[in-house]
Amino acid sequence: MIAELGHFALIIALAMAVLQSVVPMVGSFRGYSNWMRLGSSLSIGQLLFVAISFLCLVMAFLNDDFSLKYVSQNSNTALPDHYKISAVWAAHEGSLLLWALILAGWTAAVALFSRSLPLVLIARILSVLGAISVGFALFLLLTSNPFERLLPMAPMEGADLNPLLQDIGLIIHPPMLYMGYVGFAVPFAFAIAALIGGQFDSAWARWSRPWINLAWVFLTIGITLGSWWAYYELGWGGWWFWDPVENASLMPWLVGTALMHSVSATEKRGVFRSWTLLLAIFAFSLSLLGTFLVRSGILTSVHAFASDPERGVFMLMFLAIVIGGSLMLFALRGPAMQKVAAYSGWSREVMLLINNVILVSAMTMILIGTLYPLVADVLELGKISVGPPYFNFFFVPLTFGLVVAMGIAVFTKWKSTESRLILSKIPVPLLLAIICGGVFPFYLATDYSFSIVAGLTVFMTVWLTATIAVDLIDKVGTNIKRVARLSYSYLGMQLAHTGLAICVLGVGLSSAYDQTRELRMAPGDNAEIAGYTFNFSGVNPVAGPNFTAFQAQIKVTQDRRLVANLYPEKRHYNAGGQVMTEAAIDPSLTRDIYVSLGEPLTGGAWALSLQVKPFVRCIWLGAIMVGLGGLLAATDRRYRRRKKSQTKPAVAS
Amino acid sequence: MKRVALFVPLVVFAILTLFLLKGLERDPTELPSALVGESFPIFTLPSLGDEQRLLTERDLGSRVVLVNVWATWCFACRIEHPMLNQLAAQGVNIIGLNYKDQNDKALQWLEQKGNPYLFNIVDANGILGFDLGVTGAPETYLVDASGTIRYRRVGVVDQRIWDEEIKDLYQQLIGEAD
Repeated sequence: MIAELGHFALIIALAMAVLQSVVPMVGSFRGYSNWMRLGSSLSIGQLLFVAISFLCLVMAFLNDDFSLKYVSQNSNTALPDHYKISAVWAAHEGSLLLWALILAGWTAAVALFSRSLPLVLIARILSVLGAISVGFALFLLLTSNPFERLLPMAPMEGADLNPLLQDIGLIIHPPMLYMGYVGFAVPFAFAIAALIGGQFDSAWARWSRPWINLAWVFLTIGITLGSWWAYYELGWGGWWFWDPVENASLMPWLVGTALMHSVSATEKRGVFRSWTLLLAIFAFSLSLLGTFLVRSGILTSVHAFASDPERGVFMLMFLAIVIGGSLMLFALRGPAMQKVAAYSGWSREVMLLINNVILVSAMTMILIGTLYPLVADVLELGKISVGPPYFNFFFVPLTFGLVVAMGIAVFTKWKSTESRLILSKIPVPLLLAIICGGVFPFYLATDYSFSIVAGLTVFMTVWLTATIAVDLIDKVGTNIKRVARLSYSYLGMQLAHTGLAICVLGVGLSSAYDQTRELRMAPGDNAEIAGYTFNFSGVNPVAGPNFTAFQAQIKVTQDRRLVANLYPEKRHYNAGGQVMTEAAIDPSLTRDIYVSLGEPLTGGAWALSLQVKPFVRCIWLGAIMVGLGGLLAATDRRYRRRKKSQTKPAVAS
Repeated sequence: MKRVALFVPLVVFAILTLFLLKGLERDPTELPSALVGESFPIFTLPSLGDEQRLLTERDLGSRVVLVNVWATWCFACRIEHPMLNQLAAQGVNIIGLNYKDQNDKALQWLEQKGNPYLFNIVDANGILGFDLGVTGAPETYLVDASGTIRYRRVGVVDQRIWDEEIKDLYQQLIGEAD
């Protein structure tokens, strides 16, 4: 009964989405203000019914209703309750429902918080978002209904949630990622509404900026969580695999980052208008493309737990309509907005352009790398796979270029900057970076050897943080109270850039100085790496709620002082029979000790993997700072004040 | 001129869509049918752990075998490995094709994770992989007693794939061989 209720609520939500996509749009052309106003009520109603539908599915999981095919495939009576809830979005159907819920949430948020926008604009924005909702609701109901029953032969027990996904990281990672993906629907809808109306002025950019920032923050946190999860749950210490699914999330992130920067130039100086518009379309298109790639099974990936070509055809049609339609609109209406503003060599506009060129090139490289195997296959060039070397080959120099440009950009001003001014600021950070980059690797390496990777990494980090520091000192001077006067968007930018510097440090140093030993250890054996002694005292069986495990005890000491007791496990999940490796980690800012348990060998010995990873934690710490910086910038007073004061915003440009 | 430029994104997307549409008709995890029914390619390659010993296609023997393409750099192989151990324990003949890998790492892997393979062919440069049309690791080929490839799996062989796609064919081939 609950499931039928959920199914029914979803159908009602679809009906509301249809109305929401049609009525306000027609109203905006005919000038019916009550038709246009209907958009916000419909979007809130739609959220209500999608939420009911989602809650019904959650209830079905909590009640172990295995007559639902989706529940029986992804849950089990022995599964702890919090995993039963997260199992809702563990597979295709539930993920899509979560997606629809989040889209409805963003739409309702736009309706509630954008009342100060011109009615025509907001009507069109909500209508575009409604149209996207229609697509997803139809996709759910026609090809991927989570409420499908297995009657009359309902199973007594479910197949259990994939053990890889029974983890706190998987409870929060997908919702965060989807908040980001779907969040880009909002700037997309802003862009389409602007294209329809032909009003693409600075106000457009200002209104969409906080939305772009917020979506981007969620995506940043989502990707970070995914990487962190892969690191500790997959059991071998890697944190990025260049897997098609990871690439699918990185592409919208890169374009979103480019968009965030170009929209600031559009707002402040009225430049890059068409480009910003195009990026807004791209960011969401790539989110959709990512969903398509993951869900259609068109590319092989470790993430592709289930795929279905019929769904692929539906997704592709949807993609063609949404992306093709918006690009067509862009091609037809775009020229009306060409407007040239003057800027010269060392201006901030130019630096933002460099930023955009680098970010979009990086995205293109990833897109080519991800789709090349497919294209080669279709063109009968044979099946080809593109691996990490390809991505690293492009990504490392692009990152270097980006970081160098970021350091210079912080000193530039809009329109033009005197080159003397920039040249006067650069020497100190540059010198500092060269010295640190040249010296630190000797200090960091255990054997006093020089690593070029580490040198470049330290150079980039020091260069970026030093330029940020110089600029802060310029702005604040000796009076520390002046920090309070700096705008949130400025502080947010500096925080995010510092975060990137720290993230780069983590990536570079952990790959340069990672030490790994895979070896056979009998109880009582000692092993030493990177100055740490690992003592293996044996393996005990332990029982969890839905698994049994072998748990090893490993004592880590340094100079006879105890550093940590680590308990890595090898779990055997009862329902599906899968075997999972649970790594044990002793974290700290400067290094992680990472131990995972391999296979049992003869004579009570076990295979063990011992790893020491310097600064690996900085990767996620830095990424979180990047996200927080974006959040800080999104809360800038400017946006709030403008919204209040502009009850009658200028519509004409 | 400027007007035409605005159509560029649309055209690029249209081309991309065509490729995606074509791609949908193909299942990347299924074999290009050309290989099924063909003989296993001829090769002469060293054996893992005993580089002096040279293996050829004759070493597959007159028996039904699974040839599993794997590598230590392959992430999905880690997931697949316990299943192979399980199959080997059930008496399935599995021959490893260690693909574009380093010998010491590969040996370490087998010591750590268990060795389900009768022996391992070292294909450091991907020569045999090229002849087989290997697209990446893991891949698994089912070869019958006469040395003919009867099935190919691109991607991980797990319990479901084994039960639904391989098991019956495997037992049928065993029956033919007897």
